[in-house]
Amino acid sequence: MSSGELFRNTIPQPNLTRLTTRREAPILSYMVNYQQRLDRTFAALVDPTRRAILAQLERKSSASVGELAQPFAIKLPAVLKHLSVLADAGLITRTKSGRTVTVRLRPQPMREAMAWLSRYERFWAGSLDRLAAYAERKEAEPRGKEK
Amino acid sequence: MTSLTLVRRIKARPSIVFDAITTAEGIAQWWGPDAGPVLIAEADPRKGGRYRVRFRMLDGTEHECSGEYLDVVRPERVVMSWRWQGGQEDPNESRVEIALKAVREGTEITFTHSRLLDGETARSHEEGWTGALDKLEARFAAGEAA
Repeated sequence: MSSGELFRNTIPQPNLTRLTTRREAPILSYMVNYQQRLDRTFAALVDPTRRAILAQLERKSSASVGELAQPFAIKLPAVLKHLSVLADAGLITRTKSGRTVTVRLRPQPMREAMAWLSRYERFWAGSLDRLAAYAERKEAEPRGKEK
Repeated sequence: MTSLTLVRRIKARPSIVFDAITTAEGIAQWWGPDAGPVLIAEADPRKGGRYRVRFRMLDGTEHECSGEYLDVVRPERVVMSWRWQGGQEDPNESRVEIALKAVREGTEITFTHSRLLDGETARSHEEGWTGALDKLEARFAAGEAA
C-alpha cells in the first residue's frame, strides 16, 4: 500500500445493518460503523479465553463447539457466550448442520484492526525519518548560528 | 490497551531533537508521513499548553491533529493528548509520549502512541455497545460540524 493511501481507501465495505434506522449522512454511518467494528474487534481480543479459542481455530480449519470447549475448565454456556462475542465481532462464523455447530475463523476484522494500527505506524515512521533528518541537519550547522 | 512504540537513534543532541519536536519552527520541518508540507504549526510547550498541526500529504489530502501538553521536561520528555480534527481518521482521544535519552551518537528517542481506541472500548464494557455507539456518533457529529 502506498503512503498516499494513508487514512484513505483502507476503510472496508461497511456493514450498515445496525445503523439503518439512524438518519445521519451515509459517510457518518460508514465511519462510525468502521470505528464500532474496530472497537468490537479489540474488545473481543482482550479476553484470554477468546484469544485461545481463536488460536485453536487458527490451527484447524474448523471445529465443533464441543471441540472448542474441551481444553477449557469452564462450562459450555460460558464457552457459548465467548463464541457469541467473537461472532458479534465478526471474528468467527457459526454454521449449524443438524445438531452440530461448526465454527470457523473469519480473519477479516483482525486484518482490519492490524491495518488500522499500521496506518499509525506508517504515519510516525515517516514523520520520525523526517524529524531525524531535520535534527541531524541542525546538529551539523555551525555552532555560531545557534542561540 | 492498544499502543504503538517506535525507537530511533538520531545523530543530534537531545536539546536539538527536543526543540525540533516542541517548537512550531521545528514541527513545520518534519510533521507528516511523506514529503507533503506542514500548513499550520502551533505549539505552546508547557503543561496545559496546546499544540495544533495541519499538514497536506502528497496525495493532496489534508489532516489536522491537536491536543494538550500533559507533561513537558526539556530535553527529556513530552507527553501530549492527541486527537484528529474532524475525527475522520479516528474520533477517539489518544496519547503520545516521547522520551529522549542521551546516547553516545546523539539521542535515542522512544516514541509511544497509546490509548488507541481505549476510550470507547472501556466505556462499552460499562454501558454496552449501544451506549458507546451513541456517544461515538454524537462525538463524531460534533467533530464534523466544527
